[in-house]
Amino acid sequence: MRMGVDVGGTNTDAVLMDGTKVVGWFKTPTTPDVTSGITTAMRTVLEQTKIPADRIKAVMIGTTHFTNAVVERKRLMKTAAVRLGLPATECLPPMVDWPPELRDTIGDHKYLVHGGHEFDGREISPLDESEIREVAREIKSKGIRAVAISAVFSPVNSSFEERAAEIIQNEIPDVSISLSHEIGRMGLLERENAAILNACLGDLARAIVESFRKALVEMEIDAPFYLSQNDGTLMSAEFAEKYPVLTFASGPTNSMRGAAFLSGAKDAMVVDVGGTTSDVGMLLRGFPREASVAVDIGGVRTNFRMPDVYSFGLGGGSIISQEPLKIGPQSVGYELITKGLVFGGSVLTATDIAVAGGLADIGDPGAVKGLDAALVRQALDEMQSMVETAVDRMKTSVEPIPLILVGGGVILVSRKVAGASEMVKPEHFPVANAIGAAIAQVGGETDRIFALAELPRDEALAQAREEASEKAKAAGADEETITIVDVDEVPLSYLPSNAVRIRVKAVGDLAL
Amino acid sequence: MRLLHAENVEDIALGAAVLGTGGGGDPYIGKLMGIQAIREFGPVTLLSLDEIDDDALIVPTAMMGAPTVIVEKLPKGDEIIKSFHALESYLGQKITATMSAEAGGLNSVTPLTVAARLRLPMVDCDGMGRAFPELQMVTATLYGVSSTPFAMGDEKGNSVILNTINNRWTETFSRSITIDMGCTALIACYATTGKELKEWGVPNTITLVEEIGRTIREARRSKTNVVEAVRQVGGGFEIFQGKIVDVQRRTEKGFARGEAVFEGVDEYDSQTLKLQFQNENLVAMVDGEIMVSVPDLITVLEAESGEPITTEALRYGFRVTVLGIPCNEKWRTPEGLALVGPRYFGYDIEWVPVEERYGQ
Repeated sequence: MRMGVDVGGTNTDAVLMDGTKVVGWFKTPTTPDVTSGITTAMRTVLEQTKIPADRIKAVMIGTTHFTNAVVERKRLMKTAAVRLGLPATECLPPMVDWPPELRDTIGDHKYLVHGGHEFDGREISPLDESEIREVAREIKSKGIRAVAISAVFSPVNSSFEERAAEIIQNEIPDVSISLSHEIGRMGLLERENAAILNACLGDLARAIVESFRKALVEMEIDAPFYLSQNDGTLMSAEFAEKYPVLTFASGPTNSMRGAAFLSGAKDAMVVDVGGTTSDVGMLLRGFPREASVAVDIGGVRTNFRMPDVYSFGLGGGSIISQEPLKIGPQSVGYELITKGLVFGGSVLTATDIAVAGGLADIGDPGAVKGLDAALVRQALDEMQSMVETAVDRMKTSVEPIPLILVGGGVILVSRKVAGASEMVKPEHFPVANAIGAAIAQVGGETDRIFALAELPRDEALAQAREEASEKAKAAGADEETITIVDVDEVPLSYLPSNAVRIRVKAVGDLAL
Repeated sequence: MRLLHAENVEDIALGAAVLGTGGGGDPYIGKLMGIQAIREFGPVTLLSLDEIDDDALIVPTAMMGAPTVIVEKLPKGDEIIKSFHALESYLGQKITATMSAEAGGLNSVTPLTVAARLRLPMVDCDGMGRAFPELQMVTATLYGVSSTPFAMGDEKGNSVILNTINNRWTETFSRSITIDMGCTALIACYATTGKELKEWGVPNTITLVEEIGRTIREARRSKTNVVEAVRQVGGGFEIFQGKIVDVQRRTEKGFARGEAVFEGVDEYDSQTLKLQFQNENLVAMVDGEIMVSVPDLITVLEAESGEPITTEALRYGFRVTVLGIPCNEKWRTPEGLALVGPRYFGYDIEWVPVEERYGQ
């Protein structure tokens, strides 16, 4: 059996799965330290289902620890950013566009050295090893133990980043190093930013992984555990210690993957209605469509793979204001069960409207019987319109496709949404996110430039597929199950040799 | 005459992306470079065309190269200095000011970084009123002004000076040298006297792009219709509203050529728009008929935020509004149309001004 856990803004959910069957689940409020909520959720599921701990073969956790740390500017290490690219790139040093207080939190330590490659693999400058050693010594003398290394065009040629890492590790044996080519894509500043964010989370990553390990030991669960990544695949505990930044958007991704699994749909829209906001995403071949623009994390511009999710302010706890009629964006959130009218409170919320409209039987329906019928109708129309507008934004064609509803607030969406071929509300919809975590696979991705004048297109594609599959295998995938789930090709303007950027993603089942 | 400060740069870069008609490079890098240069070297003096002496020497500056490389191999910053000094010795005259050759895209901000670093003023004009893919496509060509002596510099300190028999040859040679330099180069070209510039310059474009950028910023803050605000301040017409349903791209002779298909929404329901581009947007066909073409500007804005979308960023699923903006009158002559009209790009059609098709 697998235990899947997902930490949300309001609740932490756990689910126990036996193959494709849901054996039990539990939803508990998310705790400030995050870990206690996770432990409570897991323990309760085991108690309720009376499944012995030794039946659990794997634990998958989707957490918000690392996003929270960046957003709250807490528990971040002092970090040195080393960029290989001189004489180029000098006009815009590392962290030039960071929010000042975040830059200061990690210390604003930046070093530009010679190196980097041109778009076609020529060196910009040869690597100057003594220069790098000098930088390493200075970093060591400052007591900094986290370093991010970024080289120009490292997705095309990573050798300089790797050699620089060797030199720095040699000078500072206990330093943890993040290499930009392993974390981000083409676009120096965004990729460098992703690497720096990853590096500063090093201590926290080790602490969190350790606390998960301890929690499992206490629960007598003797099984490997994995963390959910942004793209819906899993990473091992060891991998998570090195790449915490890849967990940032795992929540919305898990919801969508769970929705896909529960409904059996591969291409569909997913609307996850929460307590304060709803997220809409598109599923393509069972995975969330990825955002194609730069993603802002805590005010820092990054470009690693993130799901394309549109959030809008409609949730179960959304406060209804009148004259003019407005739904949210303020919400009572998890206080719904004390503040909502149907729960004896005095705040008119979206949930109250749903009950008044006969869409749900929650709390005391008598408390909303006296609501003005026109108001209820108007509010229901407005909520429907909000969902339809959001869905329309995210659809990629006029073709109607299934719309899967998940999350605790699904009662708010009652009527058929325009553009949906069918409305699907799967069983276990409240814990679709934990299910998404539990059923996740492992994957690998390759993203680089090929010169089609030198390598024919089908060979380049084959090479990219091979590279991605190898990475999936290295991540722990069972070779027999590896499939290619995405191929993206973009010809590049103004570059000679018919340059094209090819991105391939491969996934496979966890070899347990 | 006024000063450009760091806070003006953001508006300039954003507005310039609207006039970039899908090309012109990455506005984010341009914006950051401009802000850094002003922070380091101080504000830049912007002079209007009529404030320039007839015998002043003005040299436009720009970046040349691949947008995908510019976001990876950022400039050193002082590439242009050697080239500028080399040009001055060559011409035997001190350079009075710089300006933009191409206000559409990041080349509205590039001369600003040069001006800041060299403590020269910048002239409020450009050579296109938009962006175009090839170097000779500057109004100066129409007035017989040579693009050479032409200086190019890279981050390693190399500098090359070209002399050619016509501006088309400059495009050929400089494109090839740019590739050797790693697909990005800083260039100084079309050295011109104040008297000549008053004839060929497209006036007030820096002020215009700043105004467009400011309009977008303020409309977003007040949550009013951003696209409509842009349309008004840019003097344009709404061509289409729709969602992108297909994008095809191929590389031809180093340029990204391609086509995007949009399906209409709201009052454009059941209509289809096809947009063809060569780095910049060339023609917009509605239900098979070319409705807007070069040299008029065709710009694609994200429907809700008004964010200009480059041809490289066009993706299946975006909701957009397409605007058509009349080009500067200098392009509307027979010579102008021969240089940048639809026939040059392979469309055997008579150019019809967008305001004739859409004006009420």
